[in-house]
Amino acid sequence: MAHTDEHEGTRRDFLYYATAGAGAVAAGAAVWPLVNQMNPSADVLALASIRVDLADVEPGTQITVLWQGKPVFIRRRTDSEIQAARAVNMDELIDGNDRNDNKPDLPATDENRTLDESGEWLVMLGVCTHLGCVPLGDGAGEFGGWFCPCHGSHYDTAGRIRKGPAPENLLVPVARFDGETELVIGKENA
Amino acid sequence: MGGIPHDHYEPKSKAAKAVHSRLPIVGLLYDTLMVPTPKNLNWMWIWGIVLTFCLAMQIITGVVLVMHYTPHVDLAFASIEHIMRDVNGGHMIRYFHMNGASLFFIAVYAHMFRGLYYGSYKAPREITWIIGMIIYLLMMATGFLGYVLPWGQMSFHGTAVITGLFGAIPFVGESLQTWLLGAGAVGQPALNRFFSLHYLLPFLIAGLVILHIWAFHTTGNNNPTGVEVRRGSKAEAEKDTLPFWPYFVVKDLFALGLILTVFMAIIGFMPNYLGHPDNYIEANALVTPAHIVPEWYYLPFYAILRAFTSEVWVVQIASFVTGGIVDAKFFGVLAMFGAIAVMALAPWLDTSTVRSGRFRPMFKWWFGILVADFIFLMWLGARPAAEPYATLSLIGATYWFAYFLVILPLLGVLEKPLTPPATIEDDFNAKYGKLGAADAANPAE
Amino acid sequence: MFKKLTTGVALALTIAAGVAQGAGSEGHVNDHAFSFEGPFGSYDQEQLRRGLKVYTEICSACHGMKFVAIRSLGDRGGPLLSKDEVRAYASEFVEVWDQSLNDGEGDYRAALPADHFPKGGNANAPDLSLMAKARAGFHGPAGTGINQLVKGMGGAEYILSLLTGYTGEEKTSAGVTLYENTAYPGGWISMSPPLYGEDVEFSDGHKNDLEHLSEDITAFLMWTAEPKLNDRKRAGLVGVLILGFLTLMLFFANKALWRPIKYKKA
Repeated sequence: MAHTDEHEGTRRDFLYYATAGAGAVAAGAAVWPLVNQMNPSADVLALASIRVDLADVEPGTQITVLWQGKPVFIRRRTDSEIQAARAVNMDELIDGNDRNDNKPDLPATDENRTLDESGEWLVMLGVCTHLGCVPLGDGAGEFGGWFCPCHGSHYDTAGRIRKGPAPENLLVPVARFDGETELVIGKENA
Repeated sequence: MGGIPHDHYEPKSKAAKAVHSRLPIVGLLYDTLMVPTPKNLNWMWIWGIVLTFCLAMQIITGVVLVMHYTPHVDLAFASIEHIMRDVNGGHMIRYFHMNGASLFFIAVYAHMFRGLYYGSYKAPREITWIIGMIIYLLMMATGFLGYVLPWGQMSFHGTAVITGLFGAIPFVGESLQTWLLGAGAVGQPALNRFFSLHYLLPFLIAGLVILHIWAFHTTGNNNPTGVEVRRGSKAEAEKDTLPFWPYFVVKDLFALGLILTVFMAIIGFMPNYLGHPDNYIEANALVTPAHIVPEWYYLPFYAILRAFTSEVWVVQIASFVTGGIVDAKFFGVLAMFGAIAVMALAPWLDTSTVRSGRFRPMFKWWFGILVADFIFLMWLGARPAAEPYATLSLIGATYWFAYFLVILPLLGVLEKPLTPPATIEDDFNAKYGKLGAADAANPAE
Repeated sequence: MFKKLTTGVALALTIAAGVAQGAGSEGHVNDHAFSFEGPFGSYDQEQLRRGLKVYTEICSACHGMKFVAIRSLGDRGGPLLSKDEVRAYASEFVEVWDQSLNDGEGDYRAALPADHFPKGGNANAPDLSLMAKARAGFHGPAGTGINQLVKGMGGAEYILSLLTGYTGEEKTSAGVTLYENTAYPGGWISMSPPLYGEDVEFSDGHKNDLEHLSEDITAFLMWTAEPKLNDRKRAGLVGVLILGFLTLMLFFANKALWRPIKYKKA
């Protein structure tokens, strides 16, 4: 008799645990959508990448486009800018990391910063790494690149920090060419 | 706190004692969860849990929806579509909230009619009943305010009609209506403040729910026999009761699971069944829908509102006596709120010595008619305002008032009730005693 | 008592839903078996693509779909165009107004996938984004809501019946030409027959008579109104299974819990 009771007791305990388990699964399934709804919605994701036509950009000029609420500098550099950037010794740099989302954590050589082999196209977020101001371009600053007027950070022609309070080189976002002249900035969602 | 004698929380460890002496919250939760509950409660005593769940679900999904909703006349409708199309899982969350209101009202009506049948409103539970009625009114207000927010055609023109009810009040009506809307007509001020209030009222309801529970934990639950739990001693009380946890929690959760399974099927397969197609058309002040119908849960009272037209002699008398101050429109509004008020007065209108309808042979029939009348009025509320529906509405409304104002008081005098069992234990054993014997004879089970 | 009330509530609900719809002179709407009906029904991707073509070539001349984003044409459960197809469709077939162009004066430009379909050009032509949910095909009988329960709300059926319901009769009243339509409430509609059959050619040679074109555009409009229908039904099914299982477990747990109380071996 005692034996049967014990047996029944175990079976009953198992039933209770299984029920609690099923309840936990159901609760989890209910909670997930409530969490997931705060992730970026489809309309926001649709703007995660933008396409820019660069056919009209001449060497020595730059355009600024807005991507995810932030300015992006797209500069078509001249040969002299490229040479100036490539002549820089790595020891002179404040930040030795290339800060390029396309080639993460490589040395900050000019080749690692630019979008194409020849180094003609430089695409960077126009946000100073110090406190987020928008630097001035078109050869501004002591190194012929960009200069942030807020607290005096100087960037060279490859957008690397050379002087001033900013700790990092200007960030290069995910970008790629689609065809000859169309630039895609940002990750394209499936 | 009063209530039925039972075990209380005894902190054991030093830390637990320290907490208990500073904030006895564990003790409060223990007392709430372990409250002695009559062991003969039937399946009509599950709606409280369902309602608590509904309130939590509506608040949680509502808070989430607000993260994506925009209370602006030009953007509200589009923001709802944004939720339905772009927000991750937004369509499900919105359908839960939308249909959750219906589940809430199904549960509250079942809960209320349970109370009316088993005499749960009678002394000493009048305060529980009154708090419940206030919660019900706030639910109706919250539901109405929420229906405005999608800013569809029904939202817009429904708001105009419902706020028009306040406009029917003599002397102050018009300025009251303008005050409610913040303008001469439904528009941005109304949408903005209705949004604010729709967010506020559920928390007020939550507070009242705590009082509601506190009140009936003090008086003890009613039960199908209407016989009180013996509370002379703890041992005596334990013969009539079982602790809420785990016995009633698991029972209620089973019922809740069953209801939610059906609810889930409605959301998955027919989420717009209880809605009105016109509310998928953006609000347009220039075009009124052919037929303005409130949500289903207002329909019985909407039918009562419409029943009292100027042809009805009661209305004519009222109008004559008051020198025209109470016209048909105002009379209808009074009747609608009166229909809820007489329900709230049930504790004082019911004169019977016996609590539960189970032991009231005549009452049973009149109560059955009341339930049928409620469903009948619900049907009438959505029929066009024409004959024969107007006359039928009047009949239905008349019965509603007659039940509370005439039948309930008279039955206590005319009816000879049966004798309820002496104790809850007797009732419980009468139901399960025989089965118990059969079970004992079959020990292999 | 419980049973009585449950049936009562169920009855009340069907009544409530039934009468929630308008009365008045109703048009005639035929029930139709669409692929997206029933608990397991889903959209037919090919049909949605054909419907998109009908919308583009016929409906969009007057009507708009301002709540529908062009990118959603590439969504799962929709016409599922590829990314390149969506981009091509946007730039080729849709023009949108961009206030930022022309130094803030605004100008039209080719649409991008992130843009919405534009508003309709004709002020009298209602927006079609939600049309399939903004109309009901079935009511009653006598306001009981049973028809909707059995056949569905019938918004799609209404559109299909409307498109195929022209009798060919016309009349002019107060300077407006009205066309007789058996599905339209009141019987006379101001929209001229939009489809006659063979209005649109499909590259795969799919049938393009009036019935088929109407069915395709109707399915497409159901999708624009309820783009998450496939997802919703799947979530509903999974939810019912999980909750059903949980309920079953709770049933047995409850039985086991109460057994010693109810059947005390005295």
